[in-house]
Amino acid sequence: MAKKSPWPLIAMALWLAALALTPVLLGNYEVRIAISIAMFTALALSWNIIGGFTGYPSFSTAAFYGIGCYVGALAQRSGVPAALAWLAAAAFVGGVSFVLGAIVLRLKGHYFAIGSIALVDISRLVVSSWGEVTGGGNGLNVPLLQGRPPEVSALVLYVMLGIVAAAFLANVITDRSRLGFGLRCIEQNEDAADMVGIDTTRYKIAAYVLSAVFPGAVGAVYASWVGYIDPTDSFDIVMTVQVPVMAMLGGAGTLLGPVVGAVAFTLLEEVFWANFLEWNRAIMGAIVVALIFFLPGGILKLDWRAILYRRPRRNAAERKAG
Amino acid sequence: MGLAQILANGVVLGTLYACIAIGFSLVWGVLNVINMLHGSFIVLGGYLTYFAWAYTGVSPVLILPFVAAILFGLGYGLQYLFINKVVSAPVLTTLTLTFGLDMILYNLMTVWFTATPRRVSMDFGRLDFWGIAMPVDRLIGMGLALLLTALLFVVLRTSRIGRAIVAVRMDREAAALMGIKVNHIYAVTFGIAALMAGAAGSVFAMVFPVTTNLSGVFLGKAFVICVIGGLGGVSGALVGGLALGIIESFAGVLIGPQNAITVGFVLMLVLLIVRPQGLVGVKGYE
Repeated sequence: MAKKSPWPLIAMALWLAALALTPVLLGNYEVRIAISIAMFTALALSWNIIGGFTGYPSFSTAAFYGIGCYVGALAQRSGVPAALAWLAAAAFVGGVSFVLGAIVLRLKGHYFAIGSIALVDISRLVVSSWGEVTGGGNGLNVPLLQGRPPEVSALVLYVMLGIVAAAFLANVITDRSRLGFGLRCIEQNEDAADMVGIDTTRYKIAAYVLSAVFPGAVGAVYASWVGYIDPTDSFDIVMTVQVPVMAMLGGAGTLLGPVVGAVAFTLLEEVFWANFLEWNRAIMGAIVVALIFFLPGGILKLDWRAILYRRPRRNAAERKAG
Repeated sequence: MGLAQILANGVVLGTLYACIAIGFSLVWGVLNVINMLHGSFIVLGGYLTYFAWAYTGVSPVLILPFVAAILFGLGYGLQYLFINKVVSAPVLTTLTLTFGLDMILYNLMTVWFTATPRRVSMDFGRLDFWGIAMPVDRLIGMGLALLLTALLFVVLRTSRIGRAIVAVRMDREAAALMGIKVNHIYAVTFGIAALMAGAAGSVFAMVFPVTTNLSGVFLGKAFVICVIGGLGGVSGALVGGLALGIIESFAGVLIGPQNAITVGFVLMLVLLIVRPQGLVGVKGYE
């Protein structure tokens, strides 16, 4: 395969450094926003591996995230140090996604979409009804991290940025390896990929597990940060659709697309939460609808030159091939 | 509780479920779209019925046709203006679009109607027969649900527009060549689905309290019922709905009501793997 440009890596490194400077330069509010951005960037990047490269409409992000929340919280409550609990959550979610992937990845198209949404519902129902362990609908208190509040938020931010970096590297490595090549083949035509000797099941499961471990870790870190989790917030159906929307907003299947999309969406959401509390959900819905109609390829695939110089646009097929 | 009582509860619940799922099944089968708006359509139907009843005092059974007509218009418009533009795009696109529309509708409903649970309360007492006790309003609800389902069955079987819908479901290109306006049929189908959802919401509001938070629950039920029964028409939704109603009713008694819903979802996942065309679905309509 041809040598790929180093620019996405450089841009990403600069962006991570900029976010890492927020606790030094700006106030608590900005740090909180930076944490949200880092969180959703990690989630969108993870989704990108199964949804973008492989083209499987996965809506199970919230299931992985929620299971991560609970595993991290339960581990910490039984005395495991925070850092170890986060790793344990990622590992556990990886294992769960391996088993679930072997089941639901046999489905395609609409059936896969429904199956993956059902995983979110099933996880939530199991957690809510398994009261002795998970606290049921009352939720769980998570031991707070040691330190003054600004120190804690800075720590959470750095951990989240670490997860973002790991998720981004996973994307880069996938993109430039046999795995990514195989996944793109599956995206184009799964039967043909199977015919030319790609072990589609193994590739898909690998992509699914990669798309699950980072949300698991994000969930566990989030639980430690906020100190309280409950089933409705942890397994949120809005989040499970929001994450693919972010990736699509930037450009699904690209390296920087999910990053750009997560930043844009989180900032927009912040503005609308602050100014139009009552209409927040409708405004986000309108953005989703507008995205589908006006930005089908995402922000990164916009032909800026055509817009700026009013040249005739190249057609979509040509752009995809290029 | 006796066996007959549990079964009767399950059947009553099942007919309501069938009515809830039928529109969802129709849209999935004909348009190949997973309609995330479906749950909110049901809630909207329930709220409209409640408020019309609360303000005018007219019997909800008479209000139902008007609610259904409003929902038909809403569904037709949404499909014609929005969903038709991307109807042949991959499932990720159509599902996301309907989810975005659902966020808007949900928000409008919470602002207009607030999230207070509402129920049309009609006290008809209850009926005792063969050792089964059943509130009369539930029996009326069941009767209405069955009537609506039968009506849709007849419309799809005998009317011109019904035959056109079935034709588009079987083969879109061939239907277009026969002079059927596919976009119009899509919009009508979506309208009918919204109409059935609204009517189901009306019926539901006569039996149980309705609130906006239920829209996700209704949507989940529709998923499960469609997968259990299979796509491809009225019979699938009816079989799936009854099956789910009876299973939940028994599971509620045996392992507790909080686990009953999980059983439905797990059953659906198992069926997805071993028999994706559903219990009575025909292969090839997927």
